[in-house]
Amino acid sequence: MKSFIDAYSWINLRYLLEGLWITVEVSVASVILSFILGSFLGIIRYTKIKYVSAIVGFIIDLIRNLPLLLIIFFTYFGLPNFGFKPEIIPATILAMTIFESTMLAEIIRSGIQAVPNGQMEGARANGLTYWQAMFQIILPQAYKKMIPALVSQFISLIKDTSLATIIVLPDLTYHAQIIYGQNANYIIPMFLALAVMYFIVCYGLSVLANYIDRRLA
Amino acid sequence: MITILSDHWQELLTGLGWTLLSSILALIFSLIIGSLFAIMEVTESKVARTIARIYIEIFRNIPLLVITSFFYLVIPMYVVKVNGFTAGTIGLTIYTSAFIAETVRSGIQSVDPGQMEGARANGLTFWQAMSNVILPQAFRLVIPPLGNQFVNLVKNSSVLAFVAGFDLMYQANNIASITFDTINSYMVVGVLYLIITMPISYYMRYLEKRLA
Repeated sequence: MKSFIDAYSWINLRYLLEGLWITVEVSVASVILSFILGSFLGIIRYTKIKYVSAIVGFIIDLIRNLPLLLIIFFTYFGLPNFGFKPEIIPATILAMTIFESTMLAEIIRSGIQAVPNGQMEGARANGLTYWQAMFQIILPQAYKKMIPALVSQFISLIKDTSLATIIVLPDLTYHAQIIYGQNANYIIPMFLALAVMYFIVCYGLSVLANYIDRRLA
Repeated sequence: MITILSDHWQELLTGLGWTLLSSILALIFSLIIGSLFAIMEVTESKVARTIARIYIEIFRNIPLLVITSFFYLVIPMYVVKVNGFTAGTIGLTIYTSAFIAETVRSGIQSVDPGQMEGARANGLTFWQAMSNVILPQAFRLVIPPLGNQFVNLVKNSSVLAFVAGFDLMYQANNIASITFDTINSYMVVGVLYLIITMPISYYMRYLEKRLA
């Protein structure tokens, strides 16, 4: 019991919260960037531009089927060989964006496909160009339907940021490792704290998403 | 890439073996555990449903790395000594079972309720009806998502590298640190991962299209 009280001293808790803040920062940046890039890729896959869509589709499939850990390694240790050496946090965001945008691209493509064809035809018949119809008519409807799938992908993004501890990203998991590395009695309290903090963030997000989904439906 | 393949093919092959073994073991066990929780979620007992819900929500919302390193560090302290491979596979199983439970539950719920009523009316018990009538139909529907879950398992098994699980990722790190040729080491391992995952995910996409 004493080890629990000692483990949750203010200094340790503050250190964990600093880590949580890095996790949140990296996650938010990656969510935004991968949402933009993923939408772009998803639209390209849906639109069926000759050759381009097929090539983009193949690259998406390649990246989707690789472990994220490998992509993190590659961006951090591999890219410097090409003369580009990102810092730890940008490298993590870059790796997460590359990987998650391909996952989102598939979700967004199938979301667009689920919008009835008549919507596009109607918009075109009313004189909108293809891209106007896509951005003003199709995408808003598609995103609304995709909220649950998008959010569960964002949740797995938040969880996956923990993998970047391997390139020493000072996130929640890494800070917990530092604390229990100094004192083995802190291992269980730290894992409990990790579980609770990740759970609050991820589960909170899914509750919020359910609420929004119900409001919009 | 070729020099790495020819110099280190033994390590790469062992890595591939451990990765596949851990993914297959985790798939089998998480199918069993996941189906059990899925059935608990559709029973009438409120206690069973709550337990299943709590299990699923907890393990879906905690990173795999945290679960795996918990088993790697904590089991040896109190229970038995485990190596990285065992701890990693246990972590993978528990994490994946929560996702499989959700998939199987949606499969069970998409089977017409008349099937269960009919089976019960014909004198089968709940468990007989579940295992002989409902589950066989449910599993046919959830084969594509389960296949994708297996692809995720193969990819996720790379966390074994964190706990010295001898898997492909672990070998990649070793080879990269021996040869200093990071790019080619990771490329070779990437290709090996793709050889496993790409055919499965393309086949599952084909099945999905055929079932739809």
